[in-house]
Amino acid sequence: MNAEAGRVRSLLDYYVTRGRTQIQAQFQYRAATYFWLIGMLAEPIVYLVVWTTIAEQQGGSVQGITTGEFAAYYIVWTLVRNMNIVFTPYGWEWRIREGQLSAALLRPLHPLHDDLAGFAGWKVVTILLWLPIAAVLWVAFDPVLDPTLLEVAVFSLAICGAYLIRTMFLSSLGMITFWTTRVGAIFELAIALELLLSGRLVPLPLMPDWAQEVANFLPFKWSFYFPIDALVGDLSRGELLGGLAMQLLWIVVLTGLTMVVWRFAVRRYSAVGN
Amino acid sequence: MATVRVLGLTKTFAVPEREAGLRAAAVSLFRRTTREVRAVDRISFEIGPGEVVGFLGPNGAGKTTTLKMLSGLLYPSSGEATVLGHVPSRRERDFLRQITFVMGNRNQLQWDLPALDSFELNRAIYRIPREDFTRLRDELIELLEIGDLVRKPVRQLSLGERMKVEIVGSLLHRPRVLFLDEPTIGLDVTMQKRIRSFVAEYNRRYDATVLLTSHYMADVEALCRRVIVIHHGEILFDGELARLGDRFAAWKTIAVDLDDGAGDFSAYGDVVERDAGRVKLRVPREETARVTARLLAEQEVQDLTVEDPPIEDVIEMVFAQEANER
Repeated sequence: MNAEAGRVRSLLDYYVTRGRTQIQAQFQYRAATYFWLIGMLAEPIVYLVVWTTIAEQQGGSVQGITTGEFAAYYIVWTLVRNMNIVFTPYGWEWRIREGQLSAALLRPLHPLHDDLAGFAGWKVVTILLWLPIAAVLWVAFDPVLDPTLLEVAVFSLAICGAYLIRTMFLSSLGMITFWTTRVGAIFELAIALELLLSGRLVPLPLMPDWAQEVANFLPFKWSFYFPIDALVGDLSRGELLGGLAMQLLWIVVLTGLTMVVWRFAVRRYSAVGN
Repeated sequence: MATVRVLGLTKTFAVPEREAGLRAAAVSLFRRTTREVRAVDRISFEIGPGEVVGFLGPNGAGKTTTLKMLSGLLYPSSGEATVLGHVPSRRERDFLRQITFVMGNRNQLQWDLPALDSFELNRAIYRIPREDFTRLRDELIELLEIGDLVRKPVRQLSLGERMKVEIVGSLLHRPRVLFLDEPTIGLDVTMQKRIRSFVAEYNRRYDATVLLTSHYMADVEALCRRVIVIHHGEILFDGELARLGDRFAAWKTIAVDLDDGAGDFSAYGDVVERDAGRVKLRVPREETARVTARLLAEQEVQDLTVEDPPIEDVIEMVFAQEANER
């Protein structure tokens, strides 16, 4: 028990230290980070302007979603998208193809810890920089957002769950590079599915029924739409907790898949060039 | 008990091959051809605790592949290897905490931050108690005299400076086994010397086992009593560096200082150098004693020395000999 507690303490120490080094590195490039953030925000603002215009033309709402609710959806979208950014399969491809994984493999720690801790530190900076932008969007688009304490609590957990789901999903996808050397095409296909079935492009209630049904059985909804809906929507206590349970299920399934793939994949690593 | 044990270790890679051009590219869409390349071929050796061994061979000989298998980066195709009693390919945490692998061309430090921050990260990765970490870090920084470098962002360091901080970062967890792959590559002579003496000091202080590859024979001569010569994935020689010449050098050099060096010396051997009263001759190893005796008897010799060829030349001979035998 003591050894296990020591292990957890050490891992926590690693996460804090790695997160801190990433924050320091990120502060060195704060201007670049800010411009990146502004670029990232262009996407939801386009969606927001389009849906607001449509809603106004249809008498103030689209299928019951008002302009204020659209504004709330897409402002929260920006934060969830921030939490969704993880080490991509392109990164895995570079790591494996160029032999950059070698340094990570020599450490007595799974490389996924480095990814999780590093991106967590990165998010601290981007979320800090996001706050004033969110304030401007709030003033400009006048969102309708009145969450309960439980919704805020579930949202806080759900964005962390979303981070884990997407990390595990994209990591297992990225590890395909161990067999194929390139994974870009598969990644683009997954992104196209994710755009449609996660609520990133269009809020899921605006999608056909069959698409909403399919989305329930894929991880995308649980890493994007559910966290937004938890804060913006009007979910019951059962739906909120049920959503967290679905996230937990996906985390377990995808972590298990990642571990199995890793076990076989790492034997194929050829450490080319490094 | 040996620290490193290698028995019949083999690594083969399947390398895709095709002719140049569009037609060949189109054909390869339907019929991929691969060639099996045996990078390491059934090698066996043992290294004892505290030993410093030079791993020599030309580019593509299989040195780095062997080091990668011994450090757990590569999964062997067949054969066995243990390092400190662990099977490297299992990459157990306890194993990884006791080794380090320094590659001259690789950067393990955080590029944008001072090296001190990367050291701190290594403390967390290797779970080094804070007190031990601070003591060893300061000790290593002092030993390599890099106190002023560790506070600069790594990207602003020169290649040599980066290598020094890289080495300190790799040793903070006090590894018992060091795999050093070309640790002095691209560095100037002074920097090479500094790193050499540092490795020797680390080996002396902590009784660490070192397996080193280098193209600079000065590294090998300064650090290793024993060398393993590998070529085309096979071990050609494993023994004392001093014995390498006996085994592979077909000739020796006789340098003679004479009262009058004007005569014809080609009857004694190949004249490789001639300068006023000094002549250098290359003679077959088995002829050395006879030629020396003749020179002393027939010439007005002031001084005479018999030397083994430089180690670089011996290595060259080893590979040339091996290539001829193939």
